[in-house]
Amino acid sequence: MKRDHAFLLMVIPAFVLFFIFHTYPALQGVFYSFTNFKGYGNWDFTGFTNYFKVFQDSRALGAYGFTFQFAIVSTILVNIISVLIAMGLNAKIKFRKTLRATYFLPFILSVLIVSYIFQFIFTHMVPDLGQALGIEALSKNILGDQDLAWIGIVIVAVWQSVAFNTLLYLAGLSTVDEQLYEAADIDGAKAWSKFWRITFPLIAPFFTINMVVAMKNFLMAFDQIIALTGGGPGRATESISLLIYRGGFEAGQFAYQSANAVIYFIVIVVISVVQLRILERKEVK
Amino acid sequence: MSNRINWKATIFLILGTIFILFPIYLTVIIAFKTPQEMSGNILALPESWGFGNFIEAIEVTNFFNALGNSVFVTVLTVIIVILTHSLVAYAIARNMHKKFYKFLYFYFISAMFIPFPIIMLPLVLQTSSWGMDNLVGLGILNGVMHLAFNVFIYVGYVKTLPVELEEAAIIDGANTFQVFWKIIFPMMKPMHATVAILTALAAWNDFMLPLVILSDSSMYTLPLVQYAFQGQFSTDYNLAFASYLLAMLPMVVLYIFVQKWIIGGVMRGSLK
Repeated sequence: MKRDHAFLLMVIPAFVLFFIFHTYPALQGVFYSFTNFKGYGNWDFTGFTNYFKVFQDSRALGAYGFTFQFAIVSTILVNIISVLIAMGLNAKIKFRKTLRATYFLPFILSVLIVSYIFQFIFTHMVPDLGQALGIEALSKNILGDQDLAWIGIVIVAVWQSVAFNTLLYLAGLSTVDEQLYEAADIDGAKAWSKFWRITFPLIAPFFTINMVVAMKNFLMAFDQIIALTGGGPGRATESISLLIYRGGFEAGQFAYQSANAVIYFIVIVVISVVQLRILERKEVK
Repeated sequence: MSNRINWKATIFLILGTIFILFPIYLTVIIAFKTPQEMSGNILALPESWGFGNFIEAIEVTNFFNALGNSVFVTVLTVIIVILTHSLVAYAIARNMHKKFYKFLYFYFISAMFIPFPIIMLPLVLQTSSWGMDNLVGLGILNGVMHLAFNVFIYVGYVKTLPVELEEAAIIDGANTFQVFWKIIFPMMKPMHATVAILTALAAWNDFMLPLVILSDSSMYTLPLVQYAFQGQFSTDYNLAFASYLLAMLPMVVLYIFVQKWIIGGVMRGSLK
């Protein structure tokens, strides 16, 4: 009996803090999404007006389009590169510890600062180099190009995220029994079929987690974009997070961007659940 | 056969490190160069290794103030997280058969899928009206934001700890809090390390939460200072890169010394 009370006491502080600073603001956000609140002053209920407006707002639709494109391409690239590096690091190589430490280094660096460094590379170093070598494609700043700026953001996001995903795959690979490979070698299996028949099924749970986590993180991208392009040129690389931040704080669209945030939340949950369903079905196979 | 060194993989990986190290090399050399040297070969080493840019960056950005702020927030966050999250996780892990605790568990971890922008706007109104737009407020909020993930890995770990020791202690007359503090908390050490590393890195490098919460620029953390000085930096890349390097240096130095421990801690978390 007393023990039950003690357990209850243990959860109450965290529960209260979490409710006040997480659940309560979330509920407030949902509440205000049905009003015309500007962030200050009076407000009225407006029903679903804000939601209808989001679907007709070309700026919001553009942000969703860019964010999806960026997130999907980055997720796929990060996972392919991470699996390759992890398999390399898991092989019998020289300088294993040093190489592992080097590949993990980007994880500890600030996304914002790394993006500022890459911003210099894209705007000054690459164009200078391109001009010096007379290569047309490299001679311009891709961040200043409406159609190419998103690629710059993908490069930076991938450069940094590969570190963590590689480590997750490495953890997965360390659970694979060496003897399975030896048996496959005796059967004369080729490297390619060894990967798809043995390695991949065994690290499938890690693949699922990596895909879901990477996708979710990229859908929330903010730091990279603020540092690399500020959402530009024009609004070509404005992510959903950046739009909510700007509209909500700088344009008096508190209620409207709250509706946008609710839609954004639903989108993230739906994508994560769909990913989990599809990938877990594959795992069972 | 299986003891032969895989040279193909070794060479492939060594070449790959160029991609990782190049931006860092660039940061270091530009931080040491003078503006006049920038018109020459960008990739060349600086003519002299003077610390002029760094001294200027320290003065302009008030570096030590920002460093202090970052250290304060990071340490505060880690203390809050280790003490409270392990406690909650213990209570949940030992009562998962009860509906209330099971609900609590899923209630907490569902926050992993709630994007920060949905709570951002109301949270900023709330924290500023409650006088929490400062470093202590930021530490508390960091604790709230990391609760989901930390509870997830702590609970997973507590479940693997045997209950026999606890039962013996209870028979000896220890109460539940004593059991936690004297037996469970020390046994959770490997997970404390993982939680501390991940939380510290996230708090140290965080940009969005400090950006919206902190109102006074004297409280800015290191990433926020880089953002605030962009206007000044855009005319002087050498100053900017010296400032970036200074901001990254504490974590990089720490990483060089304890990288085995950091990588081990993160891997342990991922196997949970």
